[in-house]
Amino acid sequence: MNTLQHIPINLYILLSAVLFSIGVFGVLLRRNAIIIFMCVELMLNAVNLLLVAFSTYLSDAEGQVFVFFIMAVAAAEVAVGLAILTMIYRNTGSVDIEVLNKLKN
Amino acid sequence: MTIYLFYFLSFIAIISALLVVVSKNPVNSVLFLIMTFFAIAGHYVLLNAQFLAAVHVIVYAGAIMVLFLYVIMMMNFNKEAEPSKTTLSQFIAVIAGGILLITLVGAVRVFDVRFATTDNVHTAIGTVENLGKVLFSKFLFPFEISSLLFLTAMVGVVLLGKKNTY
Repeated sequence: MNTLQHIPINLYILLSAVLFSIGVFGVLLRRNAIIIFMCVELMLNAVNLLLVAFSTYLSDAEGQVFVFFIMAVAAAEVAVGLAILTMIYRNTGSVDIEVLNKLKN
Repeated sequence: MTIYLFYFLSFIAIISALLVVVSKNPVNSVLFLIMTFFAIAGHYVLLNAQFLAAVHVIVYAGAIMVLFLYVIMMMNFNKEAEPSKTTLSQFIAVIAGGILLITLVGAVRVFDVRFATTDNVHTAIGTVENLGKVLFSKFLFPFEISSLLFLTAMVGVVLLGKKNTY
């Protein structure tokens, strides 16, 4: 049973490109650091989707193992990043990136 | 039939990803991001990657998004606290994002992907059995290293979260 017969891989590449661009757009557009963080997650997921698509179309399981590792790294990254953001919020009272541009004091 | 499913899931993913970016309330952003993740999990099922679909739902929609919601709940910001960027910055953001999209799509159009055919697709590579075999034979060392990464992250988060460390 091959359900993938009717979906060309170009569609997956296009979908990943669109999702990645939306992530970049969000990072550039928003000022709330948490939303920017979520947009970074969106970009990671676009790349994950592309890796899984190529892994399936080439019948190679290594791409899916890579996605597994990316998920592990993303989980650790989110934990550390949100801890940093909570600390910034505790010290400055805001997560606006415009007030985060003075790292030196 | 499958192609309609693909279009449906892609539509949900793209629309909710856009809503993540444009919605004013951060809680709404988190909920739309969860929707995007579920659509991507649907794509994984469509691509015969059942294990990754399950892990994606558990890790992203389950763990990471709950973490985001907790942090937003603790920060307790009101909606008008975030002033939007200047019109010039927004304009530049739209232009830059659009140019990136056009570049990527143009690159895909001239890129030859005929090597990735669906003729001899193995439908069983995404199963737990097959991925486990690859993970614990060829990628055993990175797998163990990732446990070290988690330990480091845990120690770092506890250190950052304590009140009087600095």
